[in-house]
Amino acid sequence: MKQFQPSEEVDFLVIGAGAAGGIMAKELSSAGFSVVVLEQGPYLREKDFEHDEIKYTRLDAMTNNLKRQPQTLRKSTAEPARVLSDKFLQYGRQVGGGSVHFTANYWRLWESDFQQKSRHGGVSGATLADWPITYADLEPYYTKAEEELGISGLAGANPFEAWRSKPYPLPPLPVKSSGVIFERATKQLGLHPFPAPMAILSQPYRGRGACLHCGFCEYFGCEVRAKSSTLATVIPIAEKTGRCEIRPNSYTRKIETGANGRVTGAVYFDANRREVFQKARAVILCANGNETPRLLLMSKSSRFPQGLANSNGLVGKNLMVDAGFEAFGLFEHPLNEFKSVQTTRAIHDFYEPDPKRGHYGGGGIDARFDFYPASFALFGLPPGAPRWGREWKAMVAKNFTRTLTLLAHATCLPQEKNSITLDPDVKDAWGLPATRITFDFHPDDMRNMKFLLDRQVEILEAARAQRIWTDTTDLSLLPHNHLLGTCRMGDDPKTSVVDRYHRAHDVPNLFMVDGSSLVTACCQPTCTIQALAYRAADHIAGAARHAAI
Amino acid sequence: MTDNRISRRAWLALAPLSAAVLAAQEHAHEVMRSARPAAFSVLSSEEAREIEALASQIIPSDDSPGAREAGVIYFIDRALATFDADKGALYTEGMRRTQANRLELFPNSQSIAALRPAEQIRLLQAIENTEFFDLLRTHTILGFFGNPSYGGNRDLAGWKLIGFEDRFHFEPPFGYYDAEPQR
Repeated sequence: MKQFQPSEEVDFLVIGAGAAGGIMAKELSSAGFSVVVLEQGPYLREKDFEHDEIKYTRLDAMTNNLKRQPQTLRKSTAEPARVLSDKFLQYGRQVGGGSVHFTANYWRLWESDFQQKSRHGGVSGATLADWPITYADLEPYYTKAEEELGISGLAGANPFEAWRSKPYPLPPLPVKSSGVIFERATKQLGLHPFPAPMAILSQPYRGRGACLHCGFCEYFGCEVRAKSSTLATVIPIAEKTGRCEIRPNSYTRKIETGANGRVTGAVYFDANRREVFQKARAVILCANGNETPRLLLMSKSSRFPQGLANSNGLVGKNLMVDAGFEAFGLFEHPLNEFKSVQTTRAIHDFYEPDPKRGHYGGGGIDARFDFYPASFALFGLPPGAPRWGREWKAMVAKNFTRTLTLLAHATCLPQEKNSITLDPDVKDAWGLPATRITFDFHPDDMRNMKFLLDRQVEILEAARAQRIWTDTTDLSLLPHNHLLGTCRMGDDPKTSVVDRYHRAHDVPNLFMVDGSSLVTACCQPTCTIQALAYRAADHIAGAARHAAI
Repeated sequence: MTDNRISRRAWLALAPLSAAVLAAQEHAHEVMRSARPAAFSVLSSEEAREIEALASQIIPSDDSPGAREAGVIYFIDRALATFDADKGALYTEGMRRTQANRLELFPNSQSIAALRPAEQIRLLQAIENTEFFDLLRTHTILGFFGNPSYGGNRDLAGWKLIGFEDRFHFEPPFGYYDAEPQR
């Protein structure tokens, strides 16, 4: 791998080597530019990945850890923020980022997602807005992402999906028992189940082998490279160009701004906590919807006293997260859901908001199993079941192979008051301000989650589950893995942070390309984040060639 | 060494063992394991015996192995020595209170381990709404169902109980319902 000197001015400094950063690295280095990618986490390889529930779900081996990077939370600015003992926001923290440990759901947005404000009008208390781009603008890049990364699915199987210029490059993964039960029940209800599109290879593809169905996808790294993470796909291509250096264990603390208002590079802590300044002609932030706004807010200068690219005060605002409750069903025969990928069937029948429901919101529902042995024993039994002892042990033994989950993937309304700010008191292990989260779901979000939960229960009833139960506690929603909207995209510099090509309105050579760009949030964001990254890279490379950055 | 091997072979060559003999053999084996003095990092052998007595009612040994046979106490010791080192004080205080509860409930008792199983269950019922119990339950479950590399889940007792297999590779059909169409 090429190595650059920090004093060497590279064309692009990308911060964050995750779902978006990996694509920026590959696209820009392939286009002939020199690229350094700073990643706060380690560079783990497939040989490092293990089937170890404790390591990845309890000890945060691949995600942020509160002992190292604390978070504080308040529901509104009127109350003091408290230091959290359970993560509210979670993100991948190694080369490949969240694309390494994600469940691998890979849903395109609908055409209507880009015009929610025009279609549904405003929602009181929310900052619902149209995107500055349309589905048609993004479609070629959805197709490119699916092809380059390797996505398994069945075009046309979802009657509601938007038009596509090409089918999925790979057929769907084999259906599991949860999928068979879900498909039968939803069809009986007149709904339209379809094979879940997954960023996991159902067949060998571009030098990578197919999924072996070991069952360790969600929270885990794939040791056979069947999951189409950026670690397994585009990052090796970027490194082979000889123009891209992935620099792990490099935790950025500030983006520097010159007297002319252009950014000049970034200061980061290296593995030994020494401060290093990497010089660059342009900076692209792909650090996720939490770390991107946090870093901008930490990058104050005399020119940007409120934080970089934050002249309108919107950096960190409009935080949106994954929403949706779980319903559980117990069945007579073993499903053995611990085998293979987490989910194989989904529906989009309730995706589009409908005024008849009396609230804004919609979402998808999938059939899945998110448990591993210890988490099932801890949390998997129905309410009222014993928590320990002989009877508890017998129930865990019987239910583990017979339980499935229906999970809703629901809309989360943008609200200006939901935000990422810098905590004034709490510091992380490097002495930097901790993330302070101000968040409360919009009343319509809650109504919508309950509406979808009723649909989930109806499906389980149609499936004749022996027992059905739900979990509607706040805790059941934690941690949030979709960190969205905090540097929203828009044409108007007064109401957005980046333009339609992800360029900061305030700074000509600064770009934000990750979940923070999303204007609205429905369901599964990774596919859209990656399509946006391909589109942004296309534009940024073109602009750079014409010295327009 | 040689004698050992010969005697072990001779032992295995015996006629099929009765369940009682097997249970006794297993018991002896466990006593030996539990008595291994150097095996604990932070717990004294007395603390370990008392905590294990509680864990063994959270996941009891019945017709399948429980927390005791799975070596959960070794997991707990390792957790307190490593990733949950900051929870040692909660254990110390929790056990102090639990011992006080024991003396209230069973004034003439000598230790938790010496209580009868029904008494141990009563003691756990007395503490089951405490923060310490939640931690002990979590550790017991992690030790029983977690990866054996942490010292518990011996002989994959936890995974065998629930029908989980940690395999590199599975082939469809995975369960009853996805096999149905092929039946």
